[in-house]
Amino acid sequence: MVTNQAIEGSFQLIGGIFENAGNASIQLKQKLTELGIKEDVVRRAAIVTFEAEMNVIIYAAAGWLRYYITPQYIKIIVEDMGPGIEDIELAMQEGYSTAPEWIREMGWGAGMGLPNMKKNSDEFKIDSVVGEGTTVEMMINLTS
Amino acid sequence: MKLLDFVKVLSLDVKSYSDGLQQDVTGGYASDLLSDVLANSKKGAIWITLQTHQNIVAVANVKGLAGIIIVGGREPQKDTLDKAEAEKITIMTTSISAFETAGKIYQLLK
Repeated sequence: MVTNQAIEGSFQLIGGIFENAGNASIQLKQKLTELGIKEDVVRRAAIVTFEAEMNVIIYAAAGWLRYYITPQYIKIIVEDMGPGIEDIELAMQEGYSTAPEWIREMGWGAGMGLPNMKKNSDEFKIDSVVGEGTTVEMMINLTS
Repeated sequence: MKLLDFVKVLSLDVKSYSDGLQQDVTGGYASDLLSDVLANSKKGAIWITLQTHQNIVAVANVKGLAGIIIVGGREPQKDTLDKAEAEKITIMTTSISAFETAGKIYQLLK
């Protein structure tokens, strides 16, 4: 890591705008690569960011994705104005999805998003209020 | 082997970013589930899929894949190709099935 300052960035995500999917992930990946962060960490950060973007695009009206890079960790926070998740435990199960058929035909909505995000983070927190929205906070350690 | 070698042997049609044909191919991955490709594909792999929409470009970009082969005679959408050109992702098409395409690529990489 070449800097001691925290680097941050944010993206506005609009529900249903699939053309922007992956933009936050690609930008974060570029930043992390420039900072000389090792490839496996960059890979994990890119996966969790992409999945987080998809969840907002598929399910919510809009949302924000923010990331912070410090010498110790990468933190990614995604907050959306979506329908919320009624049963988080169920939503975390691999293969469970509430995505409509047309989303599944695109190859999304296979019930892998949240499990992928959890699997590739060192810390994963999810809070959701039905009718208000969902917040996901993920951290990947850089010091281990 | 380079992407160009696979294009020749499998008679693939190159649809975007032909400059990418000089890239080395180090593996392959066949899936139509984008989260699966995000989670499990490896850098330098050729991705075999029947998905044609623009999100395949961002997935290939973020994973550092060597290129995308769209199988079964399906054609990528125009916005997919525009995005692929902009993000330097090589998209190829073939009329043969995913099974046969994967089989041939597997043999070539062995």
